[in-house]
Amino acid sequence: MAGVETLIDHSRIIIVAGPGGVGKTTVAAALGLSAADLTGKKVLVITVDPAKRLADSLGLVGLTSKGSQVSPGDLDKAMGHKVEGRLFVAMLDAKSSWDELVNRHAPDAVTRRKILSNPIYRNISSRFVQSHDYIAMETLYELYRSGEYDLIVVDTPPSRHAIDFLDAPSKMADFFSSKLLRWLTMPARNRLLMGMFKPFYQVADKILGAQFLSDVAEFFLLFESMYSGFVDRAKSVAGILENSETSFVVVASPEPVPMTEAEFFISALDARHLRLGQMVVNRTLPGYFRDPAAILLANKVQDDYEKVAKELLQKGASLDLIKKSEFSPARLEALAERVLLEVADSFLNFSGVAVEQADEISKLAIDEELITLVPHLNFDVSDLNSLGKVAAYLATGTEAPTM
Amino acid sequence: MPRTGSKSLGLLDRSLVFITGKGGVGKSSVTAALGLLAAKAGKRTLICEVEAKGDVARLLDCEPGGFQPMKARENLFLMSMNTEEALREYLRIYLRLPVVAKLGPLAKTFDFVANAAPGVEEILVVGKLCYEVKEAKYDLILVDATSTGHIVSQLASPKGISELVRLGMVKDQVAWMEDILYDSSQTSVIVAATPAETPINEALELAERIDHETEVHLGALIVNKVMPELFSRSEEEFFALLQDPRSTKVLNKIVSADVGPLLRGSNAALEMRRCAAPYVERLMASAGDTPVALLPLMFGVGSGMKLVRALGEALAAEWDELLWQA
Repeated sequence: MAGVETLIDHSRIIIVAGPGGVGKTTVAAALGLSAADLTGKKVLVITVDPAKRLADSLGLVGLTSKGSQVSPGDLDKAMGHKVEGRLFVAMLDAKSSWDELVNRHAPDAVTRRKILSNPIYRNISSRFVQSHDYIAMETLYELYRSGEYDLIVVDTPPSRHAIDFLDAPSKMADFFSSKLLRWLTMPARNRLLMGMFKPFYQVADKILGAQFLSDVAEFFLLFESMYSGFVDRAKSVAGILENSETSFVVVASPEPVPMTEAEFFISALDARHLRLGQMVVNRTLPGYFRDPAAILLANKVQDDYEKVAKELLQKGASLDLIKKSEFSPARLEALAERVLLEVADSFLNFSGVAVEQADEISKLAIDEELITLVPHLNFDVSDLNSLGKVAAYLATGTEAPTM
Repeated sequence: MPRTGSKSLGLLDRSLVFITGKGGVGKSSVTAALGLLAAKAGKRTLICEVEAKGDVARLLDCEPGGFQPMKARENLFLMSMNTEEALREYLRIYLRLPVVAKLGPLAKTFDFVANAAPGVEEILVVGKLCYEVKEAKYDLILVDATSTGHIVSQLASPKGISELVRLGMVKDQVAWMEDILYDSSQTSVIVAATPAETPINEALELAERIDHETEVHLGALIVNKVMPELFSRSEEEFFALLQDPRSTKVLNKIVSADVGPLLRGSNAALEMRRCAAPYVERLMASAGDTPVALLPLMFGVGSGMKLVRALGEALAAEWDELLWQA
């Protein structure tokens, strides 16, 4: 397996997507670190909601959408050698990014102020989940255009379906150009047409109340002043997904549900002619759990643990370890039996999981070159050093003999 | 925690229980396991999947339910939330609106409503659930809820909507929903996690937010997929003896094979448990009065009914007194 080196070389944008709870943020951060190390580039990682300790170790405290540099000394220490590239990290702040967008597109100060204080706008910008997808893309676009970074790695926001992220810009464009919204703002402009939409207003009025409707109408009237700028913008933002320098990295853990979701995402990429750069299967069990000889042995020990224990105590009697142990002979035998049985049971338990995992991975209908396995790590990725280890796995792309 | 009366009410004695937590912690399997327990105890139970991905249906080995509840097993029904249909139902029931048909594509109207005011979408979810409680066709409704980020806005939506919509029918409807949602004898929330940093942090944060930002009762915390203890203390000592190269050599000879991978496997398991332990402890320490259940990592049960049954047994063993009133 080639690992992520080719991917890093050929991309200016890497979008990391996948189902929740599979270690997306960790993979995104490790990719950034790996890229800075392998290519000497200036790399930015935009993350959404990093685990606190990871955020702390990256110096991500209280950051906004402006990138801040991870100390080069720390990078060197994490990778165990001099890192040529530079690593920056930024945290997405949906609310302030939306406000920036309004600031940029509002025609005048009055409109700007009115939009920013409109309750519908405030609701959309801070709570509307899909709007986080859009604003992540928007922030990406802005940073990409600024040309400040050689490579931008984006950790996508957790959403119901990873696919939402792909459709966010076009949905946003549709939303602001929808006929329905024109209708809504129409009463203010053309009363003649009102009759046609009377049933709609009756219902809307009845359900939501007049105040709400007028807030909505105000919101869209205000937004109309930014309309063309905004829709063009959303289209350009959508365009960067199709850019030849943009790649997707799909992350999953090797269990049925996340893998199915990841595969669905991959086929959605395909349908949109977007580029899958790499599929990262995180938290895979090490290969020795699938070693047929070891499985055979575990079964044998499981069957004969009493016999093996007895023999061990006899043949091992000369060993200082057993001689000097504080246990009585009877206790020693009982312990030996228990431990041998536990060892065999536990091995077979994990073997079962490892075989299922391998099965899930083999079902992936993508090029083997595009699959990178990251082992189940016996540590939390909570600082740069442990992130460095993940980066190393990503870079070599080999099944690492850990644990 | 405010409790009504001297006897505390069992989790499954309530009418509406939300199960939430970070993605990947096993919300759906915990929901299915609770559903199976309740159904077996004779409670007519409805499981509602809010992010309708069909996980609960797959776990229970049945067809995915639609918006209309479908029978999955004896006493157990399954539905998946669909906000557009919830709106349609709402309009039909509360407004007695034949106009609905004439509204043209309701989807478009709905898109507008949901997009312009996200609170509306959330209130439709909560509204439908509360409506089912009010209708009392089921003894218990279990909600395989949205993951951590969105559940608070859902639970707080009746309040949020009052801020946005100051008049109108929605406003009037909110009051009875609040009566159900914020009554600890009717509604409760279970927050699930796995023993790793982010899921535990999110669970604790969420528990705190539920406490502060909503008036919904926090019923319990669950740590799922906890690595079982492999060895007792003296067993671990003996295992250390085994790992000495000299004893390993003797052992290799006895079984005429390399025991290396087996010992490594046990070490990996020990290490996993060691790694997870601080998070379990932290959650226990921060849980205060809220009950915590630890569910073991299940081996060899796959991801269907066998897993659901095993989880159900573990839950019943851990929580017997908590699930039902004595």
